[in-house]
Amino acid sequence: MAQMRAAIRSSKNYKIRKKLWRVVLYAVLIFLSLIFVLPLVWTVSTSLKPDTQIMKFPPDWIPRPFDWMNYVEVFPLMKFFRALKNSIIIATISVVGALISCSLVAYSFARLRWFGRDFFFIVLLSTMMIPYAVTLVPIFIVFKTLGWLNSFKPLTIPSFLGTPVYIFLLRQFFRTIPMDLSDAARIDGCSELGIYGRIILPLAKPALAVVAIFTFIGAWNDFLGPLIYLSSLENYTMALSLQMLRGGQYYLDWAKLMAASNLMVFPILILFFFTQRLFIEGITLTGIKG
Amino acid sequence: MAVKAFGVRKFSKTVLKENLAGYLFAAPWLIGFAVFTVYAIFSAIYYGFADYSVLKGPEWIGLENYRNIFTDDKLFGKSLYNTAYYSAFAVPIGIITALLLAMLLNQKVVALSWFRAIFYVPSVVPVVASSLLWIWILNSQFGLLNVFLSFIGIEGPAWLASPKWSKPSLIIMNTWGVGGTMIIFLASLQDVPRQLYEAAEIDGANVWHRFRYVTIPMITPTIFFALVMGIIGAFQTFVQAYIITEGGPADSTLFYVLYLYRNAFVYYKMGYASALAMILFVIVLALTLIIVSTSNRWVYYETEGKR
Repeated sequence: MAQMRAAIRSSKNYKIRKKLWRVVLYAVLIFLSLIFVLPLVWTVSTSLKPDTQIMKFPPDWIPRPFDWMNYVEVFPLMKFFRALKNSIIIATISVVGALISCSLVAYSFARLRWFGRDFFFIVLLSTMMIPYAVTLVPIFIVFKTLGWLNSFKPLTIPSFLGTPVYIFLLRQFFRTIPMDLSDAARIDGCSELGIYGRIILPLAKPALAVVAIFTFIGAWNDFLGPLIYLSSLENYTMALSLQMLRGGQYYLDWAKLMAASNLMVFPILILFFFTQRLFIEGITLTGIKG
Repeated sequence: MAVKAFGVRKFSKTVLKENLAGYLFAAPWLIGFAVFTVYAIFSAIYYGFADYSVLKGPEWIGLENYRNIFTDDKLFGKSLYNTAYYSAFAVPIGIITALLLAMLLNQKVVALSWFRAIFYVPSVVPVVASSLLWIWILNSQFGLLNVFLSFIGIEGPAWLASPKWSKPSLIIMNTWGVGGTMIIFLASLQDVPRQLYEAAEIDGANVWHRFRYVTIPMITPTIFFALVMGIIGAFQTFVQAYIITEGGPADSTLFYVLYLYRNAFVYYKMGYASALAMILFVIVLALTLIIVSTSNRWVYYETEGKR
């Protein structure tokens, strides 16, 4: 059988067909890549164009001359540094909260035995299927009652109470660490907190990095949360500031709007390109799309 | 092994200690679950039967909200239709595109990580930014899409300005962001055992046969997952419609959650919004259950091995 296959594979016809198929494959891939990447190239191109060049038909891809002023002018309009600071504060606190809470809970589900654990794990997984819109109003009212509106609290405190997807991801990871390690430590008199902090967490750095990155991007990109909870301009995040530019009081041309938009996108793209491998692993592990 | 010993271990101090540790470690989520899920859902059910304007507390009005929604509210039907229309196209088109891309990348491609990154990048772009970007691309006069269409001799529609094309516009935009689903499919394709393809080839299966009778059955669990999560997600589409079209033109992109948002946070009809939320919950739950109940007919689970 193997010989027959080898014979088929070495025949000249087969080789030519295979080569042709590779050519077609790469042609299609390159074409599709262009479709996916052109919109982003287009924003960069638009953001650097002088006013006169934006509305042009057919459009130019290369701005002439490069008009960096679009970026400069957009900085004060979107209160860039304040928005950047707010977004970074919210995202950083969320990351800290998620790392602490999700790892603790995941440790409990993965490496401790307690009554009702398996039941609650199923519950945890099912909560991922509940539409966020269902609990949107009651949660808003809870935060309103607490007097937390127009503060960062509603956007950060919940991360200290665990996020099901990341708990699931960490739990899967923690389970791959041999139980013998914990047992040995227990015999040596190490407390659970000690095992968690000194043995499990150091071994789980890659998984924790995935949680950190996804949480950061989630908070950075979040629009609905800030929209509902933040009302005063000083508290606006990047997402809200960007949306505000589009609103009535400014009438910005597309070059400036795209410049502002890129200011929000670039940090994320840079983060993505440096941590690509973690992204792929994280998505594959959990099935979430980032 | 400790696991085996569990059954014979007496209800001792160690067991008690481990139980206590278990609950303490899980406490953050248990509290979060109690507040943000259990309490929130029961309140939503209650608010659904109430007149609640935030300024004054909830006031029980029985089925009034539901009666209004089903008999008086034209926008409810409209928003539900818009959402169903959008989901019916966006989800399957998204899954097929993602699967197609994943299959291309599964052909032992050189520079795989580059292609994969390019297809995935749109998914990390913040929705606010990608929304602005697509308003510009779909601009009927100077937008990139209509410029391209004009090159091949097609006069593009007004896209976002046209009630007929506004939903397809958002579906196109959604398809641009299928990178995450693609990565899940790619991982699942890489898990299909090679021997299966070789065996099929020996039996004389051509490319189509191998795809139809080997690839598809082996990745049905992933398709199932993508379908369920895709529908739950699509039914909650909000930001794009909020930023790009604000529900227009002529309410053609007034999606369900956008309508719910307006009731809750623009008109401050919290009770009415909660009733809408409960209806959404029932719809999404019903759709999920329908897909799950048909799954044993088309989702193939390996009885042995890794899964």
